[in-house]
Amino acid sequence: MSVTYLEAIRAAQEKALSDDPRVFIYGQDVGVFGGAFKATKNLAAEFPGRVMDSPLSEDAIVGMAIGAAIEGARPIVEMQFADFSTVGFNQIVNQAATLYYRTDVPCPIVVRLPSGGTLGAGPFHSQSMEAIYSHYPGLVVMTPATVEDAYSMLLEAVAIDDPVIFCEHKLLYYHLKADKLPDTAQPAGKARIARAGRDATVVTYSAMLHESLQAAEELVEEGWQIEVIDLRTVKPLDTDTVLASVARTGRLLVVGEAWPWGGVTAEVISRIATEGFGLLDAAPMRLNAKDTPVPYHPDLWAAHRPTASAVAARLRKLLTQ
Amino acid sequence: MLRDPMVTAVQEKTGAGKSVDADLARRAFRTMLLARATEEKLAALYRAGMIKGGVFLGKGQEALSTASAIFLRKGDIFGPLIRDQAGRLAFGDTVLDTLRTYLGSAKGPMRGRDGNIHRGRPKEGYYAMISHLGALIPVVAGGLYARRLRGETGVVGVTSIGDGATSTGAFHEGVNLAAVERLPLVVVVANNQYAYSTPNNRQFACADLLDKAAGYGIAGFKCDGTDPAACLETLHLAVQAAREGHGPQLVVATLLRLVGHGEHDDAGYVDPGLRKANVGRDCLDVGAAQLIEAGTATAADIAAWTKEAQAEVEAALNKAQREKGPDPDTEDWQAISTEHLVEGQYDTEDE
Ligand SMILES: Cc1ncc(C[n+]2csc(CCOP(=O)(O)OP(=O)(O)O)c2C)c(N)n1
Repeated sequence: MSVTYLEAIRAAQEKALSDDPRVFIYGQDVGVFGGAFKATKNLAAEFPGRVMDSPLSEDAIVGMAIGAAIEGARPIVEMQFADFSTVGFNQIVNQAATLYYRTDVPCPIVVRLPSGGTLGAGPFHSQSMEAIYSHYPGLVVMTPATVEDAYSMLLEAVAIDDPVIFCEHKLLYYHLKADKLPDTAQPAGKARIARAGRDATVVTYSAMLHESLQAAEELVEEGWQIEVIDLRTVKPLDTDTVLASVARTGRLLVVGEAWPWGGVTAEVISRIATEGFGLLDAAPMRLNAKDTPVPYHPDLWAAHRPTASAVAARLRKLLTQ
Repeated sequence: MLRDPMVTAVQEKTGAGKSVDADLARRAFRTMLLARATEEKLAALYRAGMIKGGVFLGKGQEALSTASAIFLRKGDIFGPLIRDQAGRLAFGDTVLDTLRTYLGSAKGPMRGRDGNIHRGRPKEGYYAMISHLGALIPVVAGGLYARRLRGETGVVGVTSIGDGATSTGAFHEGVNLAAVERLPLVVVVANNQYAYSTPNNRQFACADLLDKAAGYGIAGFKCDGTDPAACLETLHLAVQAAREGHGPQLVVATLLRLVGHGEHDDAGYVDPGLRKANVGRDCLDVGAAQLIEAGTATAADIAAWTKEAQAEVEAALNKAQREKGPDPDTEDWQAISTEHLVEGQYDTEDE
């Protein structure tokens, strides 16, 4: 038996609903239909009254979840696509994110964002929004790259007393598989060394982990051993694990699918440059999508996002610098 | 200061109207046929794996969509949404540009940068929707506002929206703003009973979406969206009222989407009773019967027009299929037009 990334997300929600009566799920088409991606398949039948279709109203969906959380509930909100969370942005960044700081009342909501590019999805069904949400104080931002993390981090997201933005990557939904769901988990906020190496460190997260691992594999034939770190949670950012790795390798490449201006890759480089400048044998590098909306055409999209071969090419540059 | 009270009229139109002549009825019906033929081809291309990404069709909504745009003229604004292939064609979009956009031709209006229903030519008053539903309403209002500032009169903007998207903040804010500014905006609500899988009883609690018109202080119309003559009659009145300065007009049409939300969706959630009810009629069947009954066309005419529409689609497909997609190496990768402020792709260069 194997379980996909998407099934892991569904299973985590099922477990959360069955373990904790305070949990409910709210979002467009999440009820009987089971959600646009089927992440809540059968849950409405299994948990009557706790998995509910919302109107087409992102602002109100998030606002409603916040109110319920104030009263002790543990809502999981599904955005149909991450891109549509902009319509609920105000509630997320101004209401949910400031509540605890202002009132000492925490806001335990989870906002699930089906994120990232897929073939032919175009400018409004492809966005990676982790950087935008990380910018705001008061939010935890998770970006699971594996089936195991999709499961255990979503459960942890529900358990956490603060608002969690859960960025799940649509490209991983059906293809990424694991043998079984995990029994144990690394805590959120801790990065993971996905592949050990000595010549350079690639820091990445979400779907870009898999492009980076493939690039590292490609470079083995050329005699390079690349260490790949999966950040798992981009806020908080586990700077220590990255610093320790760079201390071993002396070289750093940060890869992200989001746009280049600011963002997670810039944040990692800024931290390593300020806290670990002496560890670096070469200027750190980063690789992002191009600074345009995500294009529709498959050929443009392939050139727009970082791919394994782009990561490998950037690594070759870094290694010979 | 007291404002002029707005005319709040609610009118219901059914059956053939007087203000729509035979020529227009024929033209509208042929537009519906062409839209249907285009979408049937799109569905076939999708099934054959020749279209990347989703395909979202408007089967069953051709009458309303055509009527939404057919009374517009050069200088007007049309802001279509997902299910408006017919209205797009009525406003001057072509089958060729439709296919180009779905197939990613560099020659299409979106040049492969965006696809499918996300197309338009804003310079020609044909606005290009984003996916975020509701977002276009204030934008069309803004277009109309600018025209007013320029001293243009007699201009109308039409935009459409689904039952689901009437629940967005943007719908509320956009319609309210247009009402406050008394803009010549016609908002056409295609109440097709479902928003993706979500039925109306999970979407709104008012008895009729038309009730919203009174709340905003604007005029409202309702019609049977499966009845082409009623759609034409209603939109004729609504567009005319907007053009004559009576402010925003809300049109609510009742119908059923006869396909899935997208071609990936079997629409198993649709109540089978609705499919058999009046609301589930195919507007093309209704339209054909109306034309024949009025003596405006014969069954043979309609068969010939159908063939012509299919041939037009075939010809456009032949052309679009031979056109190249955009070349990533020669793309400018610029998201702003101000050359000296473009940062350049420092981050991904020479890979
Ligand atoms: C702001 C926003 N949220 C969610 C979506 C995802 N979505 C696309 S179509 C759709 C249903 C739309 O229903 P309705 O407005 O009734 O139009 P219809 O599809 O019936 O024509 C949803 C939820 C979206 N496009 N925009």
